[in-house]
Amino acid sequence: MHTYELDEQTVFNSGHNACPGCGEALAVRYVLNTMGPNTIGVVPPSCIAIICGPQPYSSMRIPVYQTTLEASAASAAGISRALKRQGKHDVNVLAMAGDGGTYDIGFQALSGAAERNEDMVYVCLDNEGYMNTGAQKSSSTPYLAVTSSTPGGKPSDKKDITEIMAAHRIPYVATATVGYPDDLARKVAKARDMEGMRFIVVLTPCLDGWGVADDGAVRVSRLAVDTGFFPLYEVEDGERYTINHGPKGIPVERYLEQQKRYRHLDADQIKEIQTGVDHRWSLLQARAESMARPVVCD
Amino acid sequence: MSATATAPRSSPPANEVQLAGDMRLLLSGNHAVSYGAMRARPQVVPIYPITPQTPIAEKISDLQLAGDFDVDLMTAESEHSAMSACITASLTGVRVFTATASQGLFLMHEMLHYASGARAPIVMVNVNRTIGSPWGFWPDQTDSLAQRDTGWIQYYTENGQESLDTVIQAFKVAEEVLLPAMVVHEAFYVSHALEPVTVPSQERVDAYLPPFDPVHKLDTEIGESWGNVVNQDMFYRHRKDLGTAMNQVLEVSVRADAEYADMMGRGYGILEKYRTEDADMLIVAFGAMVGTARVAVDMLRAAGKAVGLLKIKLFRPFPVEAVRAAVAGVPRLVVMERNFSPGGGGVLHQELKAALYGMPDPPAVHGYLAGVGGVNVSPKKMVELAEKALTDEPVPDSVWQR
Repeated sequence: MHTYELDEQTVFNSGHNACPGCGEALAVRYVLNTMGPNTIGVVPPSCIAIICGPQPYSSMRIPVYQTTLEASAASAAGISRALKRQGKHDVNVLAMAGDGGTYDIGFQALSGAAERNEDMVYVCLDNEGYMNTGAQKSSSTPYLAVTSSTPGGKPSDKKDITEIMAAHRIPYVATATVGYPDDLARKVAKARDMEGMRFIVVLTPCLDGWGVADDGAVRVSRLAVDTGFFPLYEVEDGERYTINHGPKGIPVERYLEQQKRYRHLDADQIKEIQTGVDHRWSLLQARAESMARPVVCD
Repeated sequence: MSATATAPRSSPPANEVQLAGDMRLLLSGNHAVSYGAMRARPQVVPIYPITPQTPIAEKISDLQLAGDFDVDLMTAESEHSAMSACITASLTGVRVFTATASQGLFLMHEMLHYASGARAPIVMVNVNRTIGSPWGFWPDQTDSLAQRDTGWIQYYTENGQESLDTVIQAFKVAEEVLLPAMVVHEAFYVSHALEPVTVPSQERVDAYLPPFDPVHKLDTEIGESWGNVVNQDMFYRHRKDLGTAMNQVLEVSVRADAEYADMMGRGYGILEKYRTEDADMLIVAFGAMVGTARVAVDMLRAAGKAVGLLKIKLFRPFPVEAVRAAVAGVPRLVVMERNFSPGGGGVLHQELKAALYGMPDPPAVHGYLAGVGGVNVSPKKMVELAEKALTDEPVPDSVWQR
């Protein structure tokens, strides 16, 4: 049994509009309650906007600006710059977007903001597809996962947003998931207390879109890490790697079998996915190790 | 310092007026805009380069580097992001300026609606340029006219001096009614043409335009949010409120211009009548063609033809009552314009006909598509077209004229 303690402030309230058992609502709780009340939020169309609630209600006890799907990072940058012009250097700016709004349509604005090192915490709540519109594939959807737009399984790999963001050499990039709440909260707190562009991708199981049992979000989230499917790590300034949680020798099949979206897989396909997971894990370890070596100039 | 000079309100705009502390510079239309923006003191300028807008951005960068313009210049990675950042910076409570043209304006289109819906009083200059495909870099107003339903105030100017003055006025109007405003001038004819321009003193502009301090803003102390999902009734009311604000622009614009004229010595009105006395016909124009039309009218008058000019400066909201009053008793109008809406014709032609509908004894209206794609319309050509319009029977559709 994993136990944890969090230093939470009540920014996120109960009574929100997420599905019962939603992994993303859990992530929003850890993120908002760690960021604290001195925060302005930016939310694009996504499940997060639903969780936030319709006018005049809000589940979030902070000012929230709901922007367009592709504009989260640019919208957050506008707030951040205006705050600085007003001398308000202590107010946090937090963008919370889904994977569609981050990996796909919002990617240009995100990359631009990262290049300019805009001062914000950008959290991608990654449920690996357009779950709010009925579970279509995004570029975050994993290989062979079934979505409503890839009924035969997605033919291409999940985009590696973590490495892409790390390659921007921004101050902080991290992966996290709701099954490891203390790790998630620690990363949010760390990001909050830094300056410049900080990016955290949080794997948030979608019960409906993934075909997971109502009580399965946390279990599936932990299995994603423990099977090596989604290792938890941090990258500072694009090169200082810290791997927090990796595979614990559990076959990836244990993760896949919890989800309807992988139910069509045959033994060879599961083996292929396992090979991919093993390969990516070895690449990550090698990268972390090589980045740690001092640069030697002739 | 006191501005006691009396503003001549007649046309052409008295851009030779210079008061104590004013700078008199030889500037392109675009550089005049940069100086106007500097005087308005926006705190954040998110911007993305596009021909022929770039001299605006470059001059702002130069003025910033020289220490003359204290501004946070955000070099966005696209116009979409530039406008997205404009909206939130404005909602956070700072004054915001930007500029674009053509394709850039089109990439912003989604966020233009968002800006007016969020009631963000951004001021943006658009340099009218042809829209692809095919590529061109020529003056054509179709880019901004295609944004007429976005909820932005639109002013069309005829020279750099007017653009500079209108940028400052636009902030005054936008911040009072809480709507974004677009100041539009044409590629090259205005954007790159050099003319002597008066830059009003900072003290006088500060007195005219106080710091932006909105009641509602994104602020952790206030706690207000923006843009949440609303029900049908709230949406209906929201749009209606936006319409009310837009209608206020007519009165606020006239007042802002009159105040400006009193303080700076230059005013323009929301439209202008030039040599309209006892006219048999008025040329109706907006943008750079107005300057040409002034010369054409002088030539026509010298030849004994009673032709005048009606300049439309404020296009959104369209000043229906002022236009009707301006053309009352005039038997004939000819619109000459540099834009084309396929299936609709000239946009000003359409708007004008709609504005005159139901008017007692309305003038007959010609719509001439002259100058589309940046084709030059010389004063001589304009005289020829006006003479043709004096004798031809008007037809409902706009007519191509070269």
